[in-house]
Amino acid sequence: MKRFLSSQRIGLPWFRAFLALVLVVAIGCAFNANGAFFRWSAHRDMLRQVSVDGILACGMTLVIVTGGIDLAVGSVLGLSAVLFATFSLHDGYSAFTSIVAVVAAGILAGTASGTLVARFKVQPFIATLAMMVFARGLAKWVSGGQKISTAIQQADGTFAYGTLPRIFDIIAVRVCGGNIAVVTLIFLCCVALSWIVLEKLRYGRYLYAIGGNEEAARLSGVPVARAKLLAYGMSGLFAAIAGICQAAQEEQGDPEAGAGYELTSIAIVVIGGTSLAGGRGGIGLTLLGALTIGYLEKILSINAVPESSRLMLTGTIIVTAVLFQRRKNTA
Amino acid sequence: MLDDVSFDLREGEVHVLAGENGAGKSTLIKILAGIHTEYEGAMELEGKPVHFSTPQEARQCGISVIHQEMSLVDSMSVLDNIYLGREPSRFGGCWLDRTTQVEQSGKFCEMLDLSCDELDRPVEGFSFPVKNRIEIAKALTSDARVLVMDEPTSALDRPEVDKLFALIETLKKAGCCIVYISHKMEEIYRIADRITVLRDGRWVGTAEAKDCPEQRLIQWMICREISEQFPEPLRVPGAAARLELRNFIVPARNPSQRPTAGGVSLRVHAGEIVGIAGLQGSGASELFQGLFGCFDKDCPGTVEIDGIAFRPRNPTHAIQRGLAYLTADRKSTGLVLPMSVEKNVSLSSLPWVSLGGWLRPRKERANARKHVDSLHIRLASLDQAVGTLSGGNQQKVVLAKWLETKPGVLLLEDPTRGVDIGSKREIYSLMRQWTAERMAILLISSELPELLGLSDRIIVLHRGSVAAQFSKEDATQENVLAAAMGSVAPGKEAA
Repeated sequence: MKRFLSSQRIGLPWFRAFLALVLVVAIGCAFNANGAFFRWSAHRDMLRQVSVDGILACGMTLVIVTGGIDLAVGSVLGLSAVLFATFSLHDGYSAFTSIVAVVAAGILAGTASGTLVARFKVQPFIATLAMMVFARGLAKWVSGGQKISTAIQQADGTFAYGTLPRIFDIIAVRVCGGNIAVVTLIFLCCVALSWIVLEKLRYGRYLYAIGGNEEAARLSGVPVARAKLLAYGMSGLFAAIAGICQAAQEEQGDPEAGAGYELTSIAIVVIGGTSLAGGRGGIGLTLLGALTIGYLEKILSINAVPESSRLMLTGTIIVTAVLFQRRKNTA
Repeated sequence: MLDDVSFDLREGEVHVLAGENGAGKSTLIKILAGIHTEYEGAMELEGKPVHFSTPQEARQCGISVIHQEMSLVDSMSVLDNIYLGREPSRFGGCWLDRTTQVEQSGKFCEMLDLSCDELDRPVEGFSFPVKNRIEIAKALTSDARVLVMDEPTSALDRPEVDKLFALIETLKKAGCCIVYISHKMEEIYRIADRITVLRDGRWVGTAEAKDCPEQRLIQWMICREISEQFPEPLRVPGAAARLELRNFIVPARNPSQRPTAGGVSLRVHAGEIVGIAGLQGSGASELFQGLFGCFDKDCPGTVEIDGIAFRPRNPTHAIQRGLAYLTADRKSTGLVLPMSVEKNVSLSSLPWVSLGGWLRPRKERANARKHVDSLHIRLASLDQAVGTLSGGNQQKVVLAKWLETKPGVLLLEDPTRGVDIGSKREIYSLMRQWTAERMAILLISSELPELLGLSDRIIVLHRGSVAAQFSKEDATQENVLAAAMGSVAPGKEAA
């Protein structure tokens, strides 16, 4: 045990994030709600429930590594859900066309805030706050304020019920003998994609350099504007993917979907140990953070903790986790 | 970190603390200032034993430290900064007393060489030397009896240094004792009453400055025999011009103002080190920034690199054309401190190191390893964050980063700032080695002896244009300084 917790190891961010996760799982084992925590279904559902937030957190990680923040992801998720439902349910586009169109819209939204940040030097908080409000408005405008579902209002006021396209089932279903949800697999693919960008590609290195010292990066020949554009564009891409998953799970496009998700995804990134100041952290930490937050919510829900206490507890635990990580950091 | 060190201060003396980087000077200062609290042995202040456990305690006892890195709040006014943390107040400290603060401010005007109106302007608008003096003024409001200055002149010009030294004289007369840390030999002898040398955390010796010749001081510091200070210049036969400027203009930020560098023409050949001398505001560093494309706007004039026209657009473009720019402030503009040594070394050369956008870790590591060996960078591991290295080693990492881009022209601005004597020597001889490989070097240095010792030619800038040019033989401290200050130089006029 002593060797396992050696001071050298404890200084590593991934190890601290891992410890936090172990701690939360241990709490789950203690408060197991009559063994509910020990059943695979609890873990499977946790993975499914955290996937959408986790996908957003992937994009958020890329942006936060540059020292920025993307508040627009929740709204872009809502916009994408509405667009996906409109395209595939109402307009009858094929699954492929709808997905490509929605992803393009997401990238466009991300690039728009990226342009404001990189080209016009607007502070990321302000630029993405504006995009957050704008995308929400756009989602409501596209949907006419209604949830977009298979129920289509006819000219005479009655409702005709269309069939749900197969793509909705494909995304919302579980595979491998019902053991893992497709959205979880999509989440893992997003993690893998972000990992490749951050660790294997030249531009990933640039993101870290910009977050660590933007001026030094610029004077070292780093194309700062282009790299930032990439980060915000990818964040928009992931928000669109999350929106498609959300729509498929709910079998509808809700213009209110994703409200507050930006904060959850920031919490996931921070609890993983990626610094909001930029330059430090990584996608592996975000994966651990997503599991920590996922387990936390699952444990609270299987123990039937009322929502009021659940929110207060979550807030307390996030602060505790971050303080815990920081104290170890200085030691 | 410190072992058996004795150190004493007399009233009204300037006590220079010397030693290479890592000798333990900073640790000693941190103990004085109450930052380091765990130590053995005793400290006495005016005969009474003291043990500071917080910086506030040390400050209340009259010990003030002026750090290399400024601790001013840029957006606040000069006056507010001076009184920060000790604002005159009423009603038991909860109500700011602006009136008293303004009334007391008169004494600072003279000291800071500023008018009373200027005291109300934000600090960010002032130059580095003025900020330096503001920092001292701040220390004095707390009735400091011991003032610690950590390399206060590292970014100052001659006249600014003179002003600072005059200020130190006044403080001495008022009975203040000053601990002064410096790497500059010339300064040490100008100002020191006594000198203490530390090496590897141990006390080496304390002596009256007049009884301690330079040779002995250097031996104390590095414990090695010193050969000649600057390496011999190498002549590359039949050298072609690598960089040529004709009427190069760097416009001022505010278009209505006079350009910061106006109409500079110069030529640097392969294998040559050309020194640019000039005082603060001469436009020398702006010239480098303009050449490297640091400003978003266009710089008029002709630039040719290896005979091919070059229009500075942005640093990325400049690097592609074979320019490299070592900035004066490595911490804020040279390095990404939280990133590893290896990643810092490869930062500028990633377009070549990577393949189709994919990083090649093995090649990257081999490159970094090569530079660590050839530049003698002392580190524990290539994955170490660069911020944890000492000043000299950090500077070598910046150099490695630029060498990796295989530059034809190196723009070096204060390459030895805050670097210990041992590393300085190494950097000097490296510069010669690179010129032997047909690189051309443009050099700015705030240390005139260094500039004169290294350069094959000296170009003096005054108010943004070339005031004089000297060959190595003609250049003396006196006539370079005279030209830089704008008087008609006895040397050759600009071509």
